[in-house]
Amino acid sequence: MILKIRDLPNEEYWLEGNPACHGCPAAIGLRMALKALGPRTVMVVPAGCVTIIQGSYPKTSAGVPLMNIAFAAASSAASGVAAALDFKGIKDVNVLVWAGDGATSDIGMASISGAAERNADIIYVCYDNEAYMNTGVQRSSSTPIGAWTTTTVTGKVEPKKDLPSIMMMHRVPYVATASVAYPLDFIEKIQKAAKMRGFKYIHLHSPCPPGWKFPSEKTIEVGRLAVQTGSWITFEVENGVFKLSNPSLPFVNKGRRRSLDLYLKAQGRFARMTPEEKAKFEGAIEENWTMVENYIKISKVYTPR
Amino acid sequence: MTKIAAVPLSVPSLGSAGETGHWRTERPILEESKCINCLFCWMYCPEGSIHKGEKVVWIDYRFCKGCGICMNECPTKAITMVKEE
Amino acid sequence: MAKHKVMSGNYAVAYGAALSRVELISAYPITPQTSVVEKLSEMIETGGLNAKLVRVESEHSALAACIGGASAGARTFTATSSHGLLYMNEMVFWAGYGRLPVVMAVITRSIAPPWGIWSEHTDLLAQRDTGWVTMMVQSNQEALDSIIQAYAIAEDEDVMLPVMVGLDAFTVSHTSVPVELPSQEEVDRFLPRGADHSYLLDFARPKTMGNLAYPEWNMEFRYLLEKAMKNAERKIITVDKKFSSEFGRTYGGSVEHYRMEDAKYAVVVVGAPAGEAKDAVDLLRKRGIDAGVVRVRVIRPFPKVALRSSLAGLKGVAVLDRDISPGLGGILFSELTSALYGVKRPPAVRGFIAGLGGREIKVEDIIYTVESLVTSVEEGPADNEWLDVKKELLP
Repeated sequence: MILKIRDLPNEEYWLEGNPACHGCPAAIGLRMALKALGPRTVMVVPAGCVTIIQGSYPKTSAGVPLMNIAFAAASSAASGVAAALDFKGIKDVNVLVWAGDGATSDIGMASISGAAERNADIIYVCYDNEAYMNTGVQRSSSTPIGAWTTTTVTGKVEPKKDLPSIMMMHRVPYVATASVAYPLDFIEKIQKAAKMRGFKYIHLHSPCPPGWKFPSEKTIEVGRLAVQTGSWITFEVENGVFKLSNPSLPFVNKGRRRSLDLYLKAQGRFARMTPEEKAKFEGAIEENWTMVENYIKISKVYTPR
Repeated sequence: MTKIAAVPLSVPSLGSAGETGHWRTERPILEESKCINCLFCWMYCPEGSIHKGEKVVWIDYRFCKGCGICMNECPTKAITMVKEE
Repeated sequence: MAKHKVMSGNYAVAYGAALSRVELISAYPITPQTSVVEKLSEMIETGGLNAKLVRVESEHSALAACIGGASAGARTFTATSSHGLLYMNEMVFWAGYGRLPVVMAVITRSIAPPWGIWSEHTDLLAQRDTGWVTMMVQSNQEALDSIIQAYAIAEDEDVMLPVMVGLDAFTVSHTSVPVELPSQEEVDRFLPRGADHSYLLDFARPKTMGNLAYPEWNMEFRYLLEKAMKNAERKIITVDKKFSSEFGRTYGGSVEHYRMEDAKYAVVVVGAPAGEAKDAVDLLRKRGIDAGVVRVRVIRPFPKVALRSSLAGLKGVAVLDRDISPGLGGILFSELTSALYGVKRPPAVRGFIAGLGGREIKVEDIIYTVESLVTSVEEGPADNEWLDVKKELLP
């Protein structure tokens, strides 16, 4: 059953007038995720943009209970919340970690790996704006190759760390990639995750206007270009079974993918990308699609824990 | 006067960063006759400042930051960005 | 109906947590804490203890899980030592400043490099700024009893602070002695389950905990925390008194006295070395020196009033520090002398560094500390004296 915009609830659980930048994808993602999950949701938020997007004491823009926690500790704190709920026999509450790429891929890597290995009963959304944006655009392991950041001024030399694959190899019940440019797909995935038990991971591609250097009105457009050029692939692995998602279905066919330049040139952070870096970027896209094709062939990638 | 408690607990409020409408350098203006009520702008607005109306959407300018996503995504170009005075 | 069981200090801690009906345990193994959690695992999996165990991948995550669980209203417990405690230091502050009633056992162990597994108190004392009520026990029995008392202190509405209970590595943690186990009914009467104030599960009035607070707000939270510490000072005493009347055992609240009624000299000490100190005092008494032991049981809130009362008017006080703050000397010495400032008839106070890295603190050395006060009470050395340092090893 395909979700339609009209099916979405009207209630807003992330309130207007918060400190998010113009055009912030995290704000869009939060609105969508909380519409998907509803009020019986507990959020656990490590340091990052969304810490600040709550606004300052004594006000918050969060319309659901939310615990802030230190940078590396979101997955562990959430594991504790889930265990407490389990102890109390409360079964209808969502525990939602909302963490950036830095908190997930770098400082919180041990923590998320532990929580995944324990199959902690949480939904983990990594909103990936591909750098440490809250502290002023320093590189993270999730920054793509060739991208400008304040700590990779001539372009990042390492390729983007493949978090979704890492989470797949933890053999958790649900791994998905999504984009703020395709909110209905994202919402369907969150709702599916909410119905499952165990560790559910959703990686949300989040184009950031100030950090990626594009005008604020282009957030959705840049996100769409990422998918249309094949550089961001939306898929899900549900109980180990791989399924390419609707937004990416047309682009299995390489000929259908739009020119990568459209995506790269839309962002100032790639302005000084070298031909070598671009070749590596394209090579990574090819490799990712090869993996996807193989996953489609075998269908069952793993038996979930 | 808000009194603090032992644990720093904040209360959900509109405008946790103040009236963010002040951030705007340009404001989205909706040409109602062009609006087909597709609700894309409602869905994509990072603020949630576009609201469903009877027949078409309406924009809450108290908090709209003027990012322009609504203008960019509107399929009928019903929204234009106009410079604030 | 209480029964006796021979058990190690670590097992006593585990029984204390189990009898306190702990609900969520999260810990990571480190010598010499491991048997605490092993015992609790066994109690959960085969012994009928109804608790969740989150087997995390680090100590930082262990305390984070307890913080998450406590925020959702569960009674939580963790245990660690040395490097584990240091690794979770960020979370130790978070639990204190976040006013969460977590209880933690710390098996005090020296810090690397070089590696050592034996007792030293620096790890525990390095946490003294974190907002935790901090206690250090002398015996296995006190370990069990103090865990139960810890929950009563932590969860008191006027306190709402986490509590850490320290015990010396191996001397207490791994030495087995008979311990009196209170019955579950007795502990249930002493430690009823308080009301659940967890903000995190209040969906009708959702709240956010800990978002940004500008300078105009931030300071008052610390003021309230300090006020809670003052409340804890009183609560520690009332809890100990209530414990005494219900279980027949007391530890003096914040400070335990041994032969202090007519003492002219005191040895001030923390933890298991109080045993050697008490032996030393008995021998000193035989030699005609009226000495006693003041065991500092509670390090935070620092028992300033109790210590001033115990030590004012004495001729001399020898402070034993099984810890070191490089560049300052003994931590207990420093805090004690600061607490005595301005007291009428202050005693002469000498500080001694002893037992670092688990080195045995000998009774003769403690006797020496008091005798040095007797022979030269007028002199007040500026620096701490190091006991039993092997000068022949030094270059």
